[in-house]
Amino acid sequence: MKLNRWLSAIFMACLVLLSGCEIDNQTIAQNSLVYCAEGSPASFNPQTDTSGTTIDAIANQLYDRLIRFNDDNSIAPALAKSWHLTRDGKMVTFYLRKDVTFHQTEYFTPTRNFNADDVVFSFERILNTEHPFHQVSGGKYPFFQNVQFSNIVEGIEKINDHTVRFKLREANSSFLANLATDYAVVLSQEYGQQLLSQGRQEEIDSKPIGTGPFKLQSYQSGSLLRYYRHESYWHNEVKLNQLVFDITASDTGRLTKLLTNECDVIAYPIAPHKIKENPNLIVEEVTAFNIGYLGFNTQKAPFDDPQVRRAVAHAINKDAIITAIYGEQGEIAHSILPKSSWAHDSSVIPIEYNPEQAIALLQEAGYEDGLTFDIWAMPVQRSYNPNALTMAKLIQADLNQIGVKVDIVSYEWSTFLRRLGQGEHQSVLLGWSADHPDPDNFLTPLLSCNSAETGSNRAFWCDQEFDSLLKLALKTDNINQRKNLYLQAQAIFQRDLPLLPLAHSKRFQARHEQVKGKILNSFGGINFAEVSKL
Amino acid sequence: MLIFTLRKLNLFLFTMLLLTVLSFSLSFLFPGDQLTNLTGQLNITPSEQTALAKEYSHESNIAWQYAAYLGHILNGELGLSMTNQTNITDEILRLLPATIELSLFAFVIATVIGIPLGFIAAIRHHKPADHVILAFAMIGYSIPVFWLGLLAILTFSIQLGWLPSGGQISLLYEIERTTGFMLVDILLSDSPYKWQALQNNFAHMILPALVIAAAPATVFIRLARTAMLEVLQTSYIKAARAKGLSFSQIILRHAIRNALIKVVQHIGLQFANLVTLAMITEVIFNWPGIGRWLIESIYQRDYTAIQSGLLVLSSFIFFVHIITDYTYAALNPLARGAKYGSR
Repeated sequence: MKLNRWLSAIFMACLVLLSGCEIDNQTIAQNSLVYCAEGSPASFNPQTDTSGTTIDAIANQLYDRLIRFNDDNSIAPALAKSWHLTRDGKMVTFYLRKDVTFHQTEYFTPTRNFNADDVVFSFERILNTEHPFHQVSGGKYPFFQNVQFSNIVEGIEKINDHTVRFKLREANSSFLANLATDYAVVLSQEYGQQLLSQGRQEEIDSKPIGTGPFKLQSYQSGSLLRYYRHESYWHNEVKLNQLVFDITASDTGRLTKLLTNECDVIAYPIAPHKIKENPNLIVEEVTAFNIGYLGFNTQKAPFDDPQVRRAVAHAINKDAIITAIYGEQGEIAHSILPKSSWAHDSSVIPIEYNPEQAIALLQEAGYEDGLTFDIWAMPVQRSYNPNALTMAKLIQADLNQIGVKVDIVSYEWSTFLRRLGQGEHQSVLLGWSADHPDPDNFLTPLLSCNSAETGSNRAFWCDQEFDSLLKLALKTDNINQRKNLYLQAQAIFQRDLPLLPLAHSKRFQARHEQVKGKILNSFGGINFAEVSKL
Repeated sequence: MLIFTLRKLNLFLFTMLLLTVLSFSLSFLFPGDQLTNLTGQLNITPSEQTALAKEYSHESNIAWQYAAYLGHILNGELGLSMTNQTNITDEILRLLPATIELSLFAFVIATVIGIPLGFIAAIRHHKPADHVILAFAMIGYSIPVFWLGLLAILTFSIQLGWLPSGGQISLLYEIERTTGFMLVDILLSDSPYKWQALQNNFAHMILPALVIAAAPATVFIRLARTAMLEVLQTSYIKAARAKGLSFSQIILRHAIRNALIKVVQHIGLQFANLVTLAMITEVIFNWPGIGRWLIESIYQRDYTAIQSGLLVLSSFIFFVHIITDYTYAALNPLARGAKYGSR
């Protein structure tokens, strides 16, 4: 009898505990969100690191930029409420917002609002090698060095507290797009000075202060990142009180946590079709701004002949490649620019899969007895090409049908890149991920004469007409004029075909149904500023 | 009791000494430079290297090197992790409480379930209840722990959605770290969500603890059953029965207490087994304990961490053994006279 009474008391206690759990858990979970990320950020300053994991974790959560991209990829005001470009395109003046506050944290309390000093401080850090913070994280600013920012910008000038002027060496219409990327963030000058006076400069990149929607509460490498709402965020009221990044490297681990409600949103879900079967879960996808291509070395036989390039293009079955390599995660590419780019040429006629035509073209080009060449397949996985080696094998089989023999070559990644840079290849499977939606970010690095000498133009293709069109397009900021120029450039590209575009890959994310708001962008990092939970 | 204590202390000191010798010798056995293996200091300048060699008596003979190593251990300096250059002592102090918490919880579950079931099996000797309990014990003992863990996650987390699949507590609760023991820290914290955090922590603990408890519980069932059967056949039980005491009186007043003494003696030995199981379970349930850390260190060939982790873990298990010996001696005066290995 006594035992019975005890048992029932314990049972009641458990019941109370568990029911209490249900009700109270909702209150803390309602305005908090757990995002299961695939890795830890390498830095807390997007100026110094461009890896996707770092940008996802920090760029939009902690910082703002002077300007940002709209959903339609046009440029919109952010910290700068407006801007003015002089007629010659060499001076850009930004008029700044007045009511923007920096984060108040345990390690910093701001005494003033955001102003022109902060902008000058943030960009001087990159440009001026004498700046006290320039060398803090090794003096490396990958994005800005890639776009040769210091060659574009001559100087930055504070006109008054709320006006800043950038002087450019020459007109450059992708300059604004560069400033709107996730990398061009604004840091606090006041915080910088405080660190400098205490001799703790390196903390500027590890204990961040920004104007973004969230402020950093704590970070444990490999484990978690905890953000709290920035109470007086200038742009909108941040609905989430707490944002936690649960760092879960294993993709099955992330999926399990999504299914068990431990994560609200997960990065890079596996088996998206399985998740779609669950009515409480949503899989989102955006086509990322990237391109996977087969590049022909136009300086070497046989691909110095456009006809051979076209013949090979006709012999490759792109549909089969998309199905086998990308599955649901990619879409076929007909042009260098993705469909969502404003300069995309929708009138372009896709190169159809037609082995007979390929044979005819080869015969015309004088290769009646067939042909042998090599394809270099990169040894690493990239979102624009998840499996280059298998892709090379598929192409090999396709070309075999028209009597062309293909040898597949692969080296260790750094050797691969070095030899590629020296132009030892005949053709190569590679790709490109854009940093911002400006079409120039695809065309110039991949196809300009300049980059044939210095870097990423793996086709070593140099066409003066094409090049001058690109340069003209950079000199104007009239979008219609630019679009017209880019369409002309793409026509030249289609005529010559130095690269065969294969696929644009997609980016996936899965979330619970009650998480509302836009998180994924087609380029750059994720953003939780406008996310809420029902 | 004093002599018993001295004997145990003696044993403790010598075993610890042997353990450190073993751990010290590992730095020679692992590939690479001995001093690097010992300290985990990578990328240091030649002058720092010289200072370090001096600090560890690297130029002297091996006995001095060992003495220097021992000195560092006594000061709580276990070196740096070779993979991420963090202080290993800090890491261990951060992670060990989580493992102890989980192991203790599992241990309590195993005893609370195992011992009574064993007694029931003995009392119902050769009856259906006995067979059922023994069959369950057999199954529980034979299931590999990693499989049981995955099965538990699949059933209770993914299919039924009752319990979380991993971690120590939902990351939404921000608990300030004071003692390192999550339960204690939650109670000490001034968070408005204290009670929910406690429930949440508890919910996270149930599955891994049950998985760890499965094997020891079955051992306890068998131990308790055998002990009870032995006790029930002794003459004092027969005498009690002859005096006219009822069966329940005999069991409650005499049998359980005497059977328990025999069980306690073996419980401590099971603890080492339990910690091994906990290490595997920590990996499956993503529990932030020393087991997961140690297994990750092995993956990453972090020799300094492996060396120190093994040292700390084996000393911990040994410490638990001594505590159970003490408890047994306190319960059973006859045991105090026993010499090492004489029982």
